[in-house]
Amino acid sequence: MLQLVLFNVTNGLIIGAFFVLMALGVAMILNLSNVINFAHGNFLALGGYLAYMLVPSIGFWGALIVAPLLVAALGFIVERLMVRRVYNRDPVYSLLLTFGLAFIIQDVCRYIWGVSGLPMTIPDSLSQGLSSDLFFITGYRIFMMAIVIVSVTGLFLFLRYTRLGTRIRAGTLDLDTVAALGINVRLLRSLNFAVGIYLAGLAGVLAAGQIGLNPNMGDDLMMPAFIAIIVGGVGSLTGTLLGGLLIGVASALTTVVMPSAQEAVIYVIMAIVLLTRPRGLMGEEGMLT
Amino acid sequence: MSSTDLGAAAKPAVPSAAGGRGGAAGIPFTTIIVWALLLSAPIWLPLIGGYTALASRVVVMGLVAMALNFLLGFTGQMSFGHAAYFGLGAYGAGLTLRYVANSTGLAMIDGILLGGVLGTILGALICKRRGVYFAMITIAFGQIFYYIAYSWDGLTGGFDGLRGFTRQPIGIGPLVIDIQNNGTLFYYFVLAVFALATGIMALLLRSPFGRTLLAIRENERRARFLGIAVDRHIWLSFSIACFFASTAGALFALLNNFADPTSMHYTLSGIIVIMVVMGGMRTFWGPLIGAAIYVVLQDYISSITVNWMSFIGLLFVLVVMFFPRGLLGMIKARSAQ
Amino acid sequence: MTMLEARRVTKTFGSLVAVNDISISVAPGELRAVIGPNGAGKTTFFNMITGFFPPTRGEIVLQGQDITRTSAQQRVKLGMARTFQITEIFPELTVRENVRIAVEAADGFSLRVFASRADHARLAADIDAVLAMTDLSGKADRLVGELSHGDQRAAEIAMALALKPRVLLLDEPTAGMGEQETFQVAGLIRRLHKDSRYTIMLVEHDMRVVFNLADRITVLAEGQMLADGTPAEIADNPAVQAAYLGEAH
Repeated sequence: MLQLVLFNVTNGLIIGAFFVLMALGVAMILNLSNVINFAHGNFLALGGYLAYMLVPSIGFWGALIVAPLLVAALGFIVERLMVRRVYNRDPVYSLLLTFGLAFIIQDVCRYIWGVSGLPMTIPDSLSQGLSSDLFFITGYRIFMMAIVIVSVTGLFLFLRYTRLGTRIRAGTLDLDTVAALGINVRLLRSLNFAVGIYLAGLAGVLAAGQIGLNPNMGDDLMMPAFIAIIVGGVGSLTGTLLGGLLIGVASALTTVVMPSAQEAVIYVIMAIVLLTRPRGLMGEEGMLT
Repeated sequence: MSSTDLGAAAKPAVPSAAGGRGGAAGIPFTTIIVWALLLSAPIWLPLIGGYTALASRVVVMGLVAMALNFLLGFTGQMSFGHAAYFGLGAYGAGLTLRYVANSTGLAMIDGILLGGVLGTILGALICKRRGVYFAMITIAFGQIFYYIAYSWDGLTGGFDGLRGFTRQPIGIGPLVIDIQNNGTLFYYFVLAVFALATGIMALLLRSPFGRTLLAIRENERRARFLGIAVDRHIWLSFSIACFFASTAGALFALLNNFADPTSMHYTLSGIIVIMVVMGGMRTFWGPLIGAAIYVVLQDYISSITVNWMSFIGLLFVLVVMFFPRGLLGMIKARSAQ
Repeated sequence: MTMLEARRVTKTFGSLVAVNDISISVAPGELRAVIGPNGAGKTTFFNMITGFFPPTRGEIVLQGQDITRTSAQQRVKLGMARTFQITEIFPELTVRENVRIAVEAADGFSLRVFASRADHARLAADIDAVLAMTDLSGKADRLVGELSHGDQRAAEIAMALALKPRVLLLDEPTAGMGEQETFQVAGLIRRLHKDSRYTIMLVEHDMRVVFNLADRITVLAEGQMLADGTPAEIADNPAVQAAYLGEAH
């Protein structure tokens, strides 16, 4: 029994970690550029597939570093060529654009790597269980958690202490003022987009090692990412982190009691938050309306 | 003129719902052409290689796109979760026929009410947000229904969809109209519902209420400081858009004798939005034209390649980058010059 | 009897005190101008009066009724109508359509689908009356976006008048206008004040406009109330002179 509980909690925590990674990437792009990146889950899949291609030549550790960077570079290019052209138009266009990109990337993955799942090899050192009783807590799972914690901490330190990070935060609050200070807002948005996509790519590599690869692997994380942002309060990255953790832990706990309701519970949380705090947990108070 | 194009015809002042230049008896030119083509479709469509069920599908998708456009084009609020209410309409109709009664009329009513009422309830929460956040919440709420339809196997048939029902002939007094077996009659049934629904929408848009919605779309702050209850208007508009989306959904279930969870997924929501934009989101008939293009194109592309998704994705990108005003929007802008 | 009152109103944004403990009282039929150098807190103060955001402390009172937390939309129903520093209109509609939307909102038609012939006639009469009052009758069927700045401002004021307000609140009505247009708008405001007896509060930076129009002037500086009095009193006030000279006009 305890074993089952631990198993579910471990699963839940890992799922929650992916929620957070995904939601932070979506939120960064949303907060600075007012674009919902529907293709985020597909960039995740792309990260996984690139790692899969790279593992034979540069090994898992090399792929873990290189694949997310490649995806981020692709994100940078996509932003430069397409997304930026619609910033000044009705937001419906940016949503449709990323929607279309999602279709294209998914179909390309399917075309190149096939519909059926592919396994990705991870180092033997990571695939062992902790003990025969706790066989399901593999080194890889602990490793994933560690990477997520390190990268989320790294992201917040980056936003707090680097010049680029400070500018991104300032731009989120007031882009016009940042532009007036002579900062290259176009470049800022491209780089910010790339950072968001990097997180998706990283999540993709990690997920590939755990569940293998398929063209739709990122899709199931899109809704939780949206809900984490809504629950946390749009515009606040800390809120998004909190929202992601909250729904992650909630769905982890739910799996212990009632596994079938694991997905339902995050919608329930969203409804409760919207009813009691319409602007989300960390959302700012707005006008008198 | 800028992109905010209020029926850029001879008198741009009047936000004419139906748009286009006035034809005979004051009925706009576009409206006359659209209806002539729709009414005669069973005659000309086979000549160019089409079939009647395809026409029915165009009209049904046209209706859901026009319903969404009531909110998107004429109130200025982005719903990216409208497939949910379309799907609820489909399940409402299907479940009624499957479990309750062999009545097409009752199936329609149940479908319309299921999507419309649930949309109205959720709309109360949704209408407080704006812009991309409005879009995100509509998606998330919409996915709830997808998730329910997907998981509640016993009732809905889960992933495989709801089967085991067929649309029934309609009896009006002693007269029985066999829409069950006669595809052409069913097409005219769909068209009759479509006429009623779009007629009501046109009426609403020409009214003081409709003018207020346009005011909100054009300048929400101004509207608010005119004392207009903006949130309530957006809620109502959302609700109306849900009722007509579920009307289309109910027709969709009758058309296919089938309902499945993908008809509620946000992927379809996005497709409905592209139909609206492709046809022209500030025009009354644009979404119908967008739906026709999409349905025919998808029918054709998916018959020649398995990679149809790439083409559809490319279509999204091309429309956004090069034809943002949509087909009817461009025609109108040109003829206004 | 006062029409509009602000009682010890304060607004802070984080650690910044934008408006500090300001009280004013506007009598019925009065034209009150609020002036001050840039950053004086005029616009913040104005936004609290109109319900754009609530004050951190203090009260706003309209004819004895506390409206501090009343929504902007509800304030309109209570008789407050405003214009904006940057004209807020529906540029792609005609002047008449703009005013029609306002008239319909004021008469509770915004949720109606059907209107009777008598309703239509009454609405049309209201629209015509407002257009006449603002000298726009001849331009009723032109798109607002195509009009001159002065006429656009007149159209915005027409929309405010269509709401049948008890208080008219104008945020820098002559902002960004040339000599002639400033003169035109000032003339319109004077007529509304002298002939139609509207209570008006305006924020303004053009001193000629203010000293020619206002019954009383309130001067703000750095979020504080610097002076309050008739134009003559204000002109002679050394603190006011210092504040304005300090800004190197």
